[in-house]
Amino acid sequence: MYEIRIHSRGGQGGVTAAKLLALAAFRDGKYATACPFYGAERRGAPVVSFVRIDGEPIKIYSQIHEPDLVIVLDTSIMDVVDVLQGLKAGGTVLLNSAHPITGCNGASLHVDLTGIALAENLVVAGSPILNTPVLGALAKMGIVTLPSAEQAIREMFADERNVKAARAAYEELKA
Amino acid sequence: MLTIATGNKAVAAAVKAARPGVVAAYPITPQTEIVEQIAEYVTDGDLESRYIPVESEHSAMAACIGASVTGVRTFTATSSHGLLYMHEMVHWAAGARLPVVMANVNRALGPGWNTWAEHTDAFSQRDTGWLQVFVGTVQEAYDATLMAFKIAEDERVLLPVMVNLDGFSLSHITQALDTVDIGDFLPPCHLPHAIDTENPLGYGPMTGPADYFRFRWDIERSMRDARGVIAEVEGEFCERFGRSYGPTEDYRCEDADVVVVAMGTLGKEAEVAIDRLRDEGIKAGSMRLRWFRPFPDLDLAGRDVVVIDRDYSFGFGGVVAHSIRSKAGVSPYSVIAGLGGQEVTYNDIADFVRDRRPGEETWFGVNDHV
Repeated sequence: MYEIRIHSRGGQGGVTAAKLLALAAFRDGKYATACPFYGAERRGAPVVSFVRIDGEPIKIYSQIHEPDLVIVLDTSIMDVVDVLQGLKAGGTVLLNSAHPITGCNGASLHVDLTGIALAENLVVAGSPILNTPVLGALAKMGIVTLPSAEQAIREMFADERNVKAARAAYEELKA
Repeated sequence: MLTIATGNKAVAAAVKAARPGVVAAYPITPQTEIVEQIAEYVTDGDLESRYIPVESEHSAMAACIGASVTGVRTFTATSSHGLLYMHEMVHWAAGARLPVVMANVNRALGPGWNTWAEHTDAFSQRDTGWLQVFVGTVQEAYDATLMAFKIAEDERVLLPVMVNLDGFSLSHITQALDTVDIGDFLPPCHLPHAIDTENPLGYGPMTGPADYFRFRWDIERSMRDARGVIAEVEGEFCERFGRSYGPTEDYRCEDADVVVVAMGTLGKEAEVAIDRLRDEGIKAGSMRLRWFRPFPDLDLAGRDVVVIDRDYSFGFGGVVAHSIRSKAGVSPYSVIAGLGGQEVTYNDIADFVRDRRPGEETWFGVNDHV
């Protein structure tokens, strides 16, 4: 089983990113669950979502305590949340950042999702949309296939710019 | 059609397939997504139904009762305080023998204010005469909701059915969902005692002790008959759609020395704990209790039993543990866990089994054995 924890702020689309990722994995023919942890959060507060991907039906409903992959959609969270907590030895961190960030041990990857969203003018209520471009980065990492990522995005969003943004992230990420 | 959906969306999809004539509801977290989705179906023309947005849960159930008494298929959904607010009408729906179907997204009761999973809300309606089923997966939320209409509307039952799913841990999790073409699985609702609005009649509202007593016995008789009807409907569902359900979902129980009894998502996650325990050589199994009313016969004699209660009856004990004690004749290790959404993992459940002390009760993470 591959376990993913997504850190974001309320309103940045972390919950939808988890659903998109689960849908893409499902379209790859795998079992997947997406499970947001809802607290008393509101716009701007740190939130966390979980995705599990496996070849067998998934019976686990509790939170992910030892993720294989941590995704940080907003690196400013790293000042207040220990995003590396429980990360498996040999686990991976994917950061939404134009530059590498020191202090992230393990295999740390980065891609400028915010820049990609702004370049495509993917902005809702003043916030860049990060959940569709991140699917492209995850496809590059081999978590899901690119066709399934694009299919999942099209199933949930009509605007083709989301697919373009995912492709841009796929190209930009140096895996 | 195979897709992925949340538990809430699965319930809404089943309601769309069941085509109720009236849906009356009031939103409450974590149920809101169900009635939002149904309202959208109605607005978009995907569901031909009268959607009544009422001002309270008491009115939601009252509207369902008023519609159901004319023979119309009805549905509502609620959670927690909403369910408690409609309590008087919950009794009334059963007493009037109306096959209302309600989804209850199990949530804790305040104060302290808490929107996470707990089963005390449903158990507070235990003695109302409603059938209660608890589901453990998104697919089961869909399947059980479809079957609930057929069971409730069966003339041998004619009692309302509550479909319970854990707040957030199931209502908001995304899993695979296979929606079906139900064909003639669900025939039109026929209520033998429906009022005829074209031919209005007056009924005496006062019922004397002798008749009232007989009506109460009649509810219990139907509850007992409901066991057979549930088995029939679940059997037909399996034949048509290939998914099998029963009063419990038993996992590796055949040769088990110790059996975990739990409900909802904890009952499903227990299966992961069982696999770990088996790997250690502990002959463990799990029994996920699906139907709570009518309460099924359970074969637990001669083994250790660990009951996980996501509920509590203050001054007495865990409601499920007590039910097991009195109905299955065993003295379980009673674990109180998961109240208000407390995190309980498969590792914790495996520990409950390893550390079991039959006859005792413990509050997970709070105190020592008591």
